[in-house]
Amino acid sequence: MRQVNRIAAKSKHINRSRILSFTFNGKEYQGYEGDTVASALLANGVNVVGRSFKYSRPRGIITADSQEPNAIFQVGSTQATTIPNPRATQTELYQGLVATSTNGWPNVDFDLMSTVGKVGGSMMPPGFYYKTFMYPQSLWMSYEHLIRKGAGLGTSPTQADPDSYDKIHHHCDVMIVGAGPAGLAAALAAADTGARVIISDEQNEFGGHLLCSTQQIDGQLPNLWVEKIVEKLSNMDNVLLLPRSTVFGYYDHNLLGINERCTDHLGEHKSKTIRQRMHKVRAKQVILATGAHERPLVYGNNDVPGCMLANAVSTYINRYEVVPGNELVLMTTNDNAYKTAIDWHQAGRQVIAIVDTRATSNGELVKQAKQLDIDIIFGHGVINVKGSKRVKGVDIAPINVNNHCLTGSAKHFSCDTVASSGGWSPVIHLSSHTGSRPVWKDDIAGFVPGETVQAQHICGGLEGVYSLSKVINDGFSTGAKAAQAADKGEGRYEGSQPHIVDPQEDASMALFHIPHSKRTSRAPKQFVDYQNDVTAAGIELANREGFESIEHVKRYTALGFGTDQGKLGNINGMAITAKSLGKTIPETGTTIFRPMYTPTTFGALAGSDVKHLFDPVRFSAMHKWHLDNSAEFEDVGQWKRPWYFPQAGETMQQSLERECLATRNSVGILDASTLGKIDIQGKDAREFLNRVYTNPWSKLAVGKCRYGVMCKEDGMVFDDGVTACLDENRFIMTTTTGGAAGVLQWLELWHQTEWPELEVYFSTVTDHWSTMTISGPNSRKVLEKICDIDVSNDNFKYMDWIEANVAGVKARIFRISFTGELSFEINVQANYGMHTWQAVMAAGKEFNITPYGTETMHILRAEKGFIIVGQDTDGSVTPQDLDMDWVVGKKKEFSFIGKRSWTRYDNKRDDRKQMVGLKPKDPKFVLPEGAQIVFEPNQSIPMTMVGHVTSSYYSACMGYSFALAVVKGGINRKGQSVFLPLSDGTTVEAEICSPVFYDPKGDRQNV
Amino acid sequence: MLLIKCPYCEEQREEEEFSPAGQAHIVRPLNPEELSDEQWARYLFFRKNPRGLHHELWLHAHGCRKYFNMTRNTVTYQIMETYKMGQQPSVTASQEVK
Ligand SMILES: [Zn+2]
Repeated sequence: MRQVNRIAAKSKHINRSRILSFTFNGKEYQGYEGDTVASALLANGVNVVGRSFKYSRPRGIITADSQEPNAIFQVGSTQATTIPNPRATQTELYQGLVATSTNGWPNVDFDLMSTVGKVGGSMMPPGFYYKTFMYPQSLWMSYEHLIRKGAGLGTSPTQADPDSYDKIHHHCDVMIVGAGPAGLAAALAAADTGARVIISDEQNEFGGHLLCSTQQIDGQLPNLWVEKIVEKLSNMDNVLLLPRSTVFGYYDHNLLGINERCTDHLGEHKSKTIRQRMHKVRAKQVILATGAHERPLVYGNNDVPGCMLANAVSTYINRYEVVPGNELVLMTTNDNAYKTAIDWHQAGRQVIAIVDTRATSNGELVKQAKQLDIDIIFGHGVINVKGSKRVKGVDIAPINVNNHCLTGSAKHFSCDTVASSGGWSPVIHLSSHTGSRPVWKDDIAGFVPGETVQAQHICGGLEGVYSLSKVINDGFSTGAKAAQAADKGEGRYEGSQPHIVDPQEDASMALFHIPHSKRTSRAPKQFVDYQNDVTAAGIELANREGFESIEHVKRYTALGFGTDQGKLGNINGMAITAKSLGKTIPETGTTIFRPMYTPTTFGALAGSDVKHLFDPVRFSAMHKWHLDNSAEFEDVGQWKRPWYFPQAGETMQQSLERECLATRNSVGILDASTLGKIDIQGKDAREFLNRVYTNPWSKLAVGKCRYGVMCKEDGMVFDDGVTACLDENRFIMTTTTGGAAGVLQWLELWHQTEWPELEVYFSTVTDHWSTMTISGPNSRKVLEKICDIDVSNDNFKYMDWIEANVAGVKARIFRISFTGELSFEINVQANYGMHTWQAVMAAGKEFNITPYGTETMHILRAEKGFIIVGQDTDGSVTPQDLDMDWVVGKKKEFSFIGKRSWTRYDNKRDDRKQMVGLKPKDPKFVLPEGAQIVFEPNQSIPMTMVGHVTSSYYSACMGYSFALAVVKGGINRKGQSVFLPLSDGTTVEAEICSPVFYDPKGDRQNV
Repeated sequence: MLLIKCPYCEEQREEEEFSPAGQAHIVRPLNPEELSDEQWARYLFFRKNPRGLHHELWLHAHGCRKYFNMTRNTVTYQIMETYKMGQQPSVTASQEVK
């Protein structure tokens, strides 16, 4: 297909020697290197690029920048590389690019939904979502599904992203956002002081507005000035230039997030390179030089393809060498937009008329247009556009702005393009990100950044300074001032100023909404927010229904809720609200923008922190052995712990039964290295333990161990474990695997903030030790074979610890038991862990020593009624609720943490949920963990729930299933039945019993 | 993302290194047993939620592991000062009113 709208080469931005082929909605087109998808489509005369969200109207390209609401595509040729919703105006063309419309399913030219939309549209007034979809709320999901399918909002990739992403941190003196004339001048002035400068711009080339401008600098085209400055900057060691880098967010304390698109312009999935890189910049001073966006005017049928922003038209002509039509009508409220008509004329195409809403103007650009014999119609507006898939003509009428009415009849003009300009809106988005409220300025009819607590400077168009000479001067002085604020330079720019003559301009008119002969509600649709199909009539309706704050209007109409955050429509929407309420624009509120400035890929945000780098993984020293012995693993915090060790042909349940029986009948071995270990030293260590544990520690002798429970100050259990007295002033505390870091922090908190006078020190030593627990009636026989010390019951009692050599390695052995069996916990220096483990396995071979994992450990401890904090407790359980009053010291002098709370009214209730055992009536049925418990199974729904199952297993040793549970007043209900209504509709019965199922007297661990 | 000066390390570090630990300057009563349920509950549960200056406890979790105090504006997120445990703030809300 021929590029019908491409004009003769004149800019350096389009490389005619490099032709690029691409497809849009399945059709092949050609463009050039330097094109965006939008400029290439316009070059090819493509009018319709999508369908509107609600009314399914054909839509064309309106802008040439991040404001674009219509040309939002699905880009990418595979399910792995497809990108939903990039703006075609910001998507650089590459060879083989595949783009489709995200809306307008099944095709933009013949849209199935348009017929439905015509009906649906009239049934979908503003507030439609609000009024209709809220009730019944349960149906929202299905409504949304239908709307999405019909309107299309892009689709997510269904395959994994093949690309690599990266992150980098920077610190700099001055960060400049935007490399237009102001930003470039600021960068040069700041860099001249020796300050470390970073300047970024979302476009592929620096220059900003100068890329599409014809205004001369130093008697030459502005490109040459841009090239000169960029070259200077790139030769300076203290400057980092970041093109194709969007500052998507400005965060507290001068932190900026920047997404650099490194290879997106080259094609899909360039392997071996980073696709996008996120820069996190912490800047001493920030200069926002983000410029201004042109504002469209709101008029009848202003969404017909061919209606565009004036400056966008100039951009396509001057930068991309594309004239997006043949016959132009320009509507403007200001002199500045006259450039567009002049550019159009000079490109050799016809300007039908300039429709100027002002009574008159004698600015220089107006005179230039007159000299070119362009027809100028003052005091008029375009009130309506004719055409459906392309503009066919306009109705022009004399308007009275103050009374919002026409003062005469309309005349029809044929044309195919309508450019409009309602002035400029400073791009205040980034300054709003940090909470600064924008301030309205009447003289420029726009918001500028308000007060801020950030070390932030603004310059150029963002400040409402628009004439080029002033913009550049502003840039120089702001750059120098920002550098000075970062302790660099004297605050003045000493370099040369370029020679610029600004055309004299007459005053603009503050006008947003063009009147029509009919009332707004009866007039043709006048679109304000194209992405969400919000019209002027819709906003007025919202105002009539009582929504007066712009924030409410936005929620009611969905104004500004598209992916563009209302860049194009917000100010117009506020102006219409203000007018219909008889208020000023600032009185209706301000417009607040939030990150992201433009949508940012998840890949860039994740960087390389994905897959195995997402979270650290911790292994014990015996991990390799577990792998070699076909362990299945369980994640416990960051640890990989053996879950169970299946043998060939076994189901998981069969493995567990084998492991349990082996341990109870002979000997099993568990890798317990992951338990948290904290070395506690100091002359007040004992007193400290007294204060943080519920039980007493004053009399624990050297060589002894004790089980302890820790509560929070509210009296609820939060960790437990065994602590051993190593020396008079030294203890080793074990914590749960998951709780280790939290417990250490807890101890530090109390020591540092409440009891700094206690002399005590805490060190985490979890990783220093490998721990293996041998458990079962034959465990002593195994240990005796490899230990150099008498470990008989007389010499090494239950709850003692000793130091000994095990397999030639110095070890601490704790005689403690979590299974209820005779047990020895052998601790050796971590790097001897594998050696010792292998020695124990060899020694245990004759007893069929059986490795077991966390699941068997859970079953064996539950048979003994030993709790697991976090499984059987949930932060609302006291030791008394656990029937563990024995672990509470009654005579301790200090009112230890948690104690006072147990006598609070709520904690003394006798109907609190209490820990009990449950025996299902069907001894083979394993209750689901989490199942709710009721006393009366035949009550009506919702039933009164009185507790839930916390742990539940089948016990091979006992031959029946059992559970631990919390039940209201359960301790006094032993022997009673409870009922568990399950999710499949059945109800099972169980009997409340003691939580200690196996060896209730504890004989087995004492042999 | 805040930039926080740890008063022990005496360096400005990224917020990622720190974790907040609630309101600062809450002193544990010396005589818990003698307090009424209501008095104890006040210590246990009641916390300020000011708009403006707030004294907070922070932990330099991935640094020196020290707890310290911070006076922060909850509206602007400006940090007025950080100071060691046991010290009193030099900037307070009542001063700001003056
Ligand atoms: Zn520190």
